[in-house]
Amino acid sequence: MSIMTEAEAKTILDKVIALSTADECTAQLGGSIDGNVRFALNNVSTSGVVTDTQLGVQVAFGKRVGTATINEFSDEALARVVRRAEDLAKLAPENPEFMPAVQRQTYRASNTWDAATAAITPENRAEIARASIDPCKAQNLIAAGFLNDGAGFTAFANSNGNFGYQRSTNLNYTCTVRTADGKGSGWVGRSLQNAGDFNVDSDIQVAMRKASASSEAQALEPGKYTVILEPAAAAGLISFMFNFFGARAADEGRSFLSKAGGGNKIGEQVFDPRVTFTADPWNAEAPVEPWDGDGLPRERMEFVKDGVVTNLNYGRYWAEKQGKEANATPGNLIMSGGTKSISELVRETERGILVTRTWYIRMVDPQTVLLTGLTRDGTFYIENGELKYPLKNFRFNESPVIMLNNIDELGRPVRVAGDESNLSMMIPPMRLRDFTFTSLSDAV
Amino acid sequence: MDRRSFLAACGIGAGGLLLPGFAGRAIAASQLTETIEVAVKKRLADAGLSAAAAAGSTYCDVRVGRYMRQFVITREANVQNIVNTESMGTGVRVIADGAWGFAATNVMTPEAVADAARLAVAIAKANAKNQTQPVQLAPTRGVGEVSWKTPIRRNAMEVPIAEKVELLLGVNAAATNAGANFVNSQLFLVNEQKYFASSDGSYIDQDVHRIWAPFTVTAIDQTTGKFRTRDGLSSPMGLGYEYMDGNVADQIVASNGVVSYGMSYDMTKDAIAAAEQAREKLTATSVRPGSYDLVLDPNHLGLTIHESVGHPLELDRVLGYEANYAGTSFATLDKRESRFQYGSDIVNIVADKTQRGSLGAVGYDDEGVQCKEWNLIEAGKLVDYQATRDQAHILGKTASDGCSYADSWSSVQFQRMANVSLKPGTTPMKVDDMIKNVENGIYILGRGSFSIDQQRYNAQFGGTLFYEIKNGEITKPLEDVAYQMRTPEFWNACSAICDESDYRMFGSFFDGKGQPSQVSAVSHGSSTTRFDGINVINTARSLG
Repeated sequence: MSIMTEAEAKTILDKVIALSTADECTAQLGGSIDGNVRFALNNVSTSGVVTDTQLGVQVAFGKRVGTATINEFSDEALARVVRRAEDLAKLAPENPEFMPAVQRQTYRASNTWDAATAAITPENRAEIARASIDPCKAQNLIAAGFLNDGAGFTAFANSNGNFGYQRSTNLNYTCTVRTADGKGSGWVGRSLQNAGDFNVDSDIQVAMRKASASSEAQALEPGKYTVILEPAAAAGLISFMFNFFGARAADEGRSFLSKAGGGNKIGEQVFDPRVTFTADPWNAEAPVEPWDGDGLPRERMEFVKDGVVTNLNYGRYWAEKQGKEANATPGNLIMSGGTKSISELVRETERGILVTRTWYIRMVDPQTVLLTGLTRDGTFYIENGELKYPLKNFRFNESPVIMLNNIDELGRPVRVAGDESNLSMMIPPMRLRDFTFTSLSDAV
Repeated sequence: MDRRSFLAACGIGAGGLLLPGFAGRAIAASQLTETIEVAVKKRLADAGLSAAAAAGSTYCDVRVGRYMRQFVITREANVQNIVNTESMGTGVRVIADGAWGFAATNVMTPEAVADAARLAVAIAKANAKNQTQPVQLAPTRGVGEVSWKTPIRRNAMEVPIAEKVELLLGVNAAATNAGANFVNSQLFLVNEQKYFASSDGSYIDQDVHRIWAPFTVTAIDQTTGKFRTRDGLSSPMGLGYEYMDGNVADQIVASNGVVSYGMSYDMTKDAIAAAEQAREKLTATSVRPGSYDLVLDPNHLGLTIHESVGHPLELDRVLGYEANYAGTSFATLDKRESRFQYGSDIVNIVADKTQRGSLGAVGYDDEGVQCKEWNLIEAGKLVDYQATRDQAHILGKTASDGCSYADSWSSVQFQRMANVSLKPGTTPMKVDDMIKNVENGIYILGRGSFSIDQQRYNAQFGGTLFYEIKNGEITKPLEDVAYQMRTPEFWNACSAICDESDYRMFGSFFDGKGQPSQVSAVSHGSSTTRFDGINVINTARSLG
């Protein structure tokens, strides 16, 4: 029952809506089968499969809201969960910001399902682990990695007659390869919609090459440098910044997108004119469900166009209060770029630093989105278009807002998954001027 | 990383909340106070133990868990969300053919637990085929039927929702009246009812409670567009609702009037101070970068201990098991052999899972080992790590340190950080005594931004409140302060530690580790401590 058909899901949801005596009722079903394999020290350490299906019911009496969830679907269980939500609602204090359930919507399906990804077996995962470990063993390198793949569905209905159903898959692979003496470390990460696009044999070579090439790193004085951030390195900073694209915080005066004197920065040039950020549920490489958690339909929407902030995220309460139109919370973030690969950007760089990956990124000052973090798993000095030698890792203190005003060139976007972001992202590699490194790290 | 995703799961910042992000089902508040009979749990456990043995296991442990959480989330005059969740089920871990296997079920019948046990044995046997070395388990004496309970005075789950809402809305009103533009406040309450049984002959019933009451106050200068926040100075604790009593005896007042809290918290008083201090931050002097002597309050230093001592001395990181995610450690095994000078000779750091009021305190860990206190750093020298039963032999030990924890019945237990704490100084010294000897320093309180590399060498820490110290006096508030450090140099720059009358605990409620990631909660005790000649940077930037 982990992945229900549309008809199975609708039958359950319709029963729930019919059972409720509240002023309104919204029900959501979600189910998934997630498989993973983890390996370290060239051995598989854990592997598992987790299946789960849950029904959430939210009811409201006036502005009093109650939520209950359950993982049984008998008629008795459905009655119980509706009653429990109603009991909780009657006890809840009124929420002055309560918004009624959305009206009936039309959703345009996005292509989030891949049969090959859904068909991955424990044996496939073991094979991917083996294909990661064996070449490392052969070259006296040490692999530690994690593969996580999943297939699932979301379905929801409400007492206004709204209904949605869609299935999704995902696949994420990361592998860190270290030299046996601990002096070199490389990394590769792959986030894919379709398992058929995954080639572990070539990906592991990337991490192995970086591990071997990063041994005997040299120290470079901290300071401002031209850098090439690989997409995974840039994604951590950009996704962090995107957390602050909410209209409410900006209008309240507590965001980098607040304007001195009041209001927000919609219409202002905040970034280099080459910067465009779009949310698009139908993006071919990073599709997401065509609705958000509130059931609002996601539309293709530009948040930044040619460096100008064109939209912020307006939740329904804040939109109504400000007399604006609400928009759905985005599920992906597409940054425009050019056509060049990382290698081409390196070839055209006179002097600079290539950064494979950024790590442990934290907010230092929300006023400017100043972030700190470190480089990791492959940092190299570039001279006259070639990687000359490996560098010791740096700590950076940099704002993505400043960074995206110092663009030299953007390359071809690729799909990445941030360590700490739920967004599916398309991010280009980027060559940036004056990126601020503030100290050296001895960590490999 | 975890607090952010946790808050998102609670509905803050998310459009709506139907399915709680945390494992568990939403329940009525009255159900939070229910318990399962021990006899029922023992029947389930015995079914698992018997089935595993019959299937060929050489060791088996069964954890029957009921994990409850309550979150009350408010902003200004509004209650944004109240969520009660319960997650219940059984996890079975076995050794068969020298390899680990694990399976879990949420069906609470002896048959389902026996099935999970048989599946765990099958997985272990499959894993054994690729195992290079059999698991070596340090012996642990079976303890028979025992129980342990967090020594709470008032079960937070029994406190009516109305009382909690009244407290938080009162806190918000007090902060607003004191000049805050915005205030967000929450209560996070946890009760883990854990039953552990093993083939060693242990049947351990534990009832674990934790509480956290954070808030954030924001002050805005609309003319300049500047905004500043001030977080609460509470600590998550292994206590009941009595933590919210606000006993004056548990407050420490610095010479500039800043109040810190020990085993009891006055949230309203702190919120009023926060509103005033957040406004003060808008016009505070921006720090001049350079070398300073730092005086670090326990509610700040705890995070530095966590990142630069607690994590690098976790044995699985040292060995490389976390290389792909959390990272490895600079504190390699050879450094224990050579008694590496980790800190100055006044630095004594202990690990424990026994301190009253701490987040890590339990009677027994999640593999049935009785908890204890042990030394990690003695007189500045590295002497030990944190290990579980299957790791003890690597250190030449004959017993586990009791560091095994799983965040759910459905998660496999593994090595997690114990409480790791800096012992207080042995010479009588209060904070004022320490400050009067500092010529050019900064007094830092509260947690701020924190970041450390994957081997735990290079770190950068901010804080909540910063005060300039000149010639032995606190002179004025500072802003834009962060210090950068290299772990061994930092701890070797430790020059003074206040005595035990100043000892307090910092806590981390959502420490993340592992893939798939699990959270754990851990405390770090210390007294106010001085570090000499630390590099401070200025974090102010202009967006033009």
